[in-house]
Amino acid sequence: MELLLQQTVNALSLGGVYAMLALGLAIVFSIVRLINFAHGEIMTFGGYGIFLSLVFGFPPVAALIIGLAAAVVMALAMERTAFRAMRGADVVSLLITSFAVSEILKVLFQNGISARPVPITFPASWSGTYQVGDITFGVVPTVSILVTLAALAGLTFLLRRTVSGMAMRAAAEDIEMLRLLGIRANRVVAVAFALSGLLAGIAAVIWTAQRGSVDPMMGFFPVLKAFIATVLGGLGSLGGAVLGGFAIGIVEVLAQAFLPETLAPYRDAIVLAAVIAALLWRPDGLLPAAKTSRS
Amino acid sequence: MENALEIRNLDIRYGAVQAVRDVSLTVNAGKVTALLGANGAGKTTTVMAVAGARKIAAGSVSIFGKDMTGAPEDAIVRSGVAISPEGRRVFASLSVEENLTLAGSVLGDSALMAERRSAMMERFPILSERRTQPAGLLSGGEQQMLAVARALMSMPKLLLMDEPSLGLAPQMVDQIFAIVEELRNEGISILLVEQNAALSLEVADHAVVLANGEVAAEGLPEDLKNNSLLHAAYLAA
Ligand SMILES: Nc1ncnc2c1ncn2[C@@H]1O[C@H](COP(=O)(O)OP(=O)(O)OP(=O)(O)O)[C@@H](O)[C@H]1O
Ligand SMILES: [Mg+2]
Repeated sequence: MELLLQQTVNALSLGGVYAMLALGLAIVFSIVRLINFAHGEIMTFGGYGIFLSLVFGFPPVAALIIGLAAAVVMALAMERTAFRAMRGADVVSLLITSFAVSEILKVLFQNGISARPVPITFPASWSGTYQVGDITFGVVPTVSILVTLAALAGLTFLLRRTVSGMAMRAAAEDIEMLRLLGIRANRVVAVAFALSGLLAGIAAVIWTAQRGSVDPMMGFFPVLKAFIATVLGGLGSLGGAVLGGFAIGIVEVLAQAFLPETLAPYRDAIVLAAVIAALLWRPDGLLPAAKTSRS
Repeated sequence: MENALEIRNLDIRYGAVQAVRDVSLTVNAGKVTALLGANGAGKTTTVMAVAGARKIAAGSVSIFGKDMTGAPEDAIVRSGVAISPEGRRVFASLSVEENLTLAGSVLGDSALMAERRSAMMERFPILSERRTQPAGLLSGGEQQMLAVARALMSMPKLLLMDEPSLGLAPQMVDQIFAIVEELRNEGISILLVEQNAALSLEVADHAVVLANGEVAAEGLPEDLKNNSLLHAAYLAA
């Protein structure tokens, strides 16, 4: 029972990170049809933002905020320098561009900072535990879950209730029509990238708080899982991305916790097999994006 | 008074295809100009170019006396133009109200936007009944009402309407043409693209017929009605 509850917290915390990354990918994809392979480097850049702020002596809370800001700036910079010129290009050209951006950034991280992990040390009090009854929970995973839920709630509010959110939903359907209304599409696309950067930044904060280091590949692996999550959920569907992210996090943690030791090397294979099974059952994903038809 | 719209010698190409060739036309302030022609004649291309959404290869577009050739969509909207596009293109997943809110956001004044939105709901009661429904669930005629209401949110002085009656039931078509007349009587200038030549010539003050991207005939509706050239160029298709 205790193990199950603790693993549930771990699963939701990991799933939350995947969900936020998948959501960032889905927001951008839904509007500009870009599968942003460099999304992981946005997260990594956020991690280095935290690392460098601490090195320069900023207090930990300030460092986290700088990390978030770094991720947002990186997302906006990518949009401006690499992707805006490619607007309207086919999905494959966009994907290849994002591969290039991803590789360039990884090389810059390796040569500019370090190819090896650099440590991020937060105050010891942050890594504590607390008791509920006689069950012990980690503070960081619990806070991660709360932060994830707050981020998802905030994003839902933004998309449902604000004009910017309406513009983003409209852009996902028919961006030319949005322009014809006199709304600047570039601004809407920039907001979408900024949001995806912010979500990647939050993921970076949670990831570094849990692992205590940053390396050039930090964002790569979780974003790979997030890609799978977007496909599992239904490419371009925001709700699907969140659902897919949590599903993969949960399956991964369950596989780690409850599979016999001898099967441990096959953990990712088992997760992927589960994804493939789900896609055989629902080929368009768990919550497919609404098909927008244009007559 | 200056003209609402003046297109001079417009050329537009899609790659090797020249869709519009040397087209000139005028919408007088407060009047309706009908733009007629068969499928593929270049009507939509012309209208979309006025809206700023097509690259102009040659020629000029001026709106209320101001040269707007090659201006981006948002500048065109700010100069007083709005479009109800071909195929209606309402945002299907947004509610009726959200469609209007979004279009009104360019007014830059949320009180004015809300006022305008109420006025639209009053003018088109069906939209009021459906205000919280996703626009995609509306019937074709209702979606057309929404497309027109959405265009009117930015308080345009020149309205571009691309085939508003296409695919609608006969009494819906009559309703759409009645709206065109109402808007004109309120002082809005209109460029009306239509396949329905008979009804368009009833409401229009002036008509232009395109064939294969060029102006084939032009003049007063009553003259064009009996023009054999029009029937040849247009009804043949
Ligand atoms: N996006 C496009 N790319 C390439 N060619 C196009 C494009 N849009 C239109 N055309 C071509 O340009 C010509 C004019 O098309 P346009 O849509 O302007 O005609 P239309 O008069 O509006 O026709 P309809 O009555 O069918 O709406 C046609 O030959 C059409 O095939
Ligand atoms: Mg057309």
